[in-house]
Amino acid sequence: MEIKKSEIKRWAAMGPRAAFGMGILKLYEEEPDFFVMSADLGSSSGLARFYSKYPESFVNVGIAEQNLIGVAAGLAKDGTPVFATSFAPFISMRAGEQIRMNMGYMHLNIKAVGLGSGLAMNTLGASHFGLEDIAVMRTIPGMTILCPSDGLQIVKCIEASKHYNGPVYIRLSGGSDIIYDDNFNYEIGKSIILKRGNKVALVGAGSVVSQALKAADMLEKQGISCTVVDMHTLKPLDEDTLNSLIEYELIVTIEEHTIIGGLGSAVAEYYACGGKRPRQVMIGINDFYPHPGSYEYLLNECGLTPEKITERVMEVYVGK
Amino acid sequence: MTSKEIEKLALAVRKRIIKMAYECNNNVHLGGALSMVDILAVLYGDILCNIGGSYEERDKFILSKGHGALALFATLGEMGIIPEERLHTYLSDGSNLCAHPVMEPEIGIEASNGSLGQGISMAVGIALSAKRKKRDYQVYTIIGNGESDEGLVWEALASASHFQLDNFTLILDDNKFQNDGASETVMYYPNYKERLHAFGFDAAEIDGHNISEICKALRSRHTEKKPKAVVANTIKGYGISFMENDNSWHHNRLTQKNYEQAMRELEESIWR
Repeated sequence: MEIKKSEIKRWAAMGPRAAFGMGILKLYEEEPDFFVMSADLGSSSGLARFYSKYPESFVNVGIAEQNLIGVAAGLAKDGTPVFATSFAPFISMRAGEQIRMNMGYMHLNIKAVGLGSGLAMNTLGASHFGLEDIAVMRTIPGMTILCPSDGLQIVKCIEASKHYNGPVYIRLSGGSDIIYDDNFNYEIGKSIILKRGNKVALVGAGSVVSQALKAADMLEKQGISCTVVDMHTLKPLDEDTLNSLIEYELIVTIEEHTIIGGLGSAVAEYYACGGKRPRQVMIGINDFYPHPGSYEYLLNECGLTPEKITERVMEVYVGK
Repeated sequence: MTSKEIEKLALAVRKRIIKMAYECNNNVHLGGALSMVDILAVLYGDILCNIGGSYEERDKFILSKGHGALALFATLGEMGIIPEERLHTYLSDGSNLCAHPVMEPEIGIEASNGSLGQGISMAVGIALSAKRKKRDYQVYTIIGNGESDEGLVWEALASASHFQLDNFTLILDDNKFQNDGASETVMYYPNYKERLHAFGFDAAEIDGHNISEICKALRSRHTEKKPKAVVANTIKGYGISFMENDNSWHHNRLTQKNYEQAMRELEESIWR
């Protein structure tokens, strides 16, 4: 896809769900050979323009996430890519077993999109938060898991996942920060080093990468030189990049997800089997359901603001 | 096939089920396999078109009540679609022919099933794909009465009607039992036909062991823009006297004595 500079700003400003809808529309206008599905959240997924323009390729199953994935499987049975969308907890857990059978066991070409994951649904409360979706999806054999970190990456991730023949879970989280202000090379399974330092490596996935970048600047001011990695693919994990971080004094994983079973766990599992491993700090949501509030309030409650990340890293780094 | 030929096919499938169940020397789902043999014989003997054709052309059959897999394997075996030597691998280590279907279109198995309610939902998607892509194939699925406890079944039914799938046929194998006993005591859904009507289906109720009634119901044309349902009243374990309506044969192992008696009854067809 050709990407214009003006689009990049627009996608970021719109927020992840609208950027997703724009990306789907743009891709479809170049390659009209896939289906998009919703469980009565079409307009909340930025898909209103898509379904009014291309109703023949849009399927709404109503508020029925299990049937969403079942019908997606039937549509994908001949190899057609199908983007099936709903809020993260509903698609990953209410339809979890449908995902297991159709995307895991049968390895069908479905792209399950978890909208508003992490803390993005802020005042809607924990019923709508995506705190456990990565943990659940990681256990499905053959699943690819993508966590785009900004508007442009969302669009690139949609394109890459459409071109990949197999099951993908795409996790959209919150915020409207720009991380990539120009077109870049996006490849599933290949993380991106956003900043190079030599003492501490901050590894993030999803929109929280922007908090990691800000934390890295704060840590630099304290004399701690940081590398920042955008680990946009959680499965398969980019082992080459993890190998290149082994000599760092500290690896800090940062995620808008429970600390059980997400990015931090995946990284720890990888290092645990090696002969040499760096010390790891896992920053994420500490096995509780945060009280609802603004996105900023929630990041703060969960220790995910740049200030809180910096504080936590300093504590461990200085104390070690 | 003529009705007589379909009856012969059904008898051959029942014998094959008993042989495979005995040969594997293991617990198998017998009752729910035997209740739907006549429906499968009509589907494969008379209804499904372009079996073995390309995906775009062939009619699709999805066994949503996946635990009836033995009857599907036996039918595909008698139709010459599953080779004889594969049938002998039933329940052996590493074989795809296990207690529930494992997707292998090359031997006529369209989908992996076993998690109840999921097959019907996928079948709706397959039928919807034909509508959107203007393909001519028909989609058939069999669900069980116990399976209809699953909420997903009703989500799928509502969507088949909403999407106006007049290429979709649901067959409900209503053998009145489920794992824990009679459905009347476990979880009872009276009036399936009325429920299916209310969900927007053209629904008929038939004797699921009467070949001509099954043929008539499955051959009847869809009303335009309406999915079709056939509620088949069946007998769990049908065809073997000591299995009929005895739920201990839901999942059980055949002794040599059971096997010999079952085969004798089928040979003599004394049950007819």
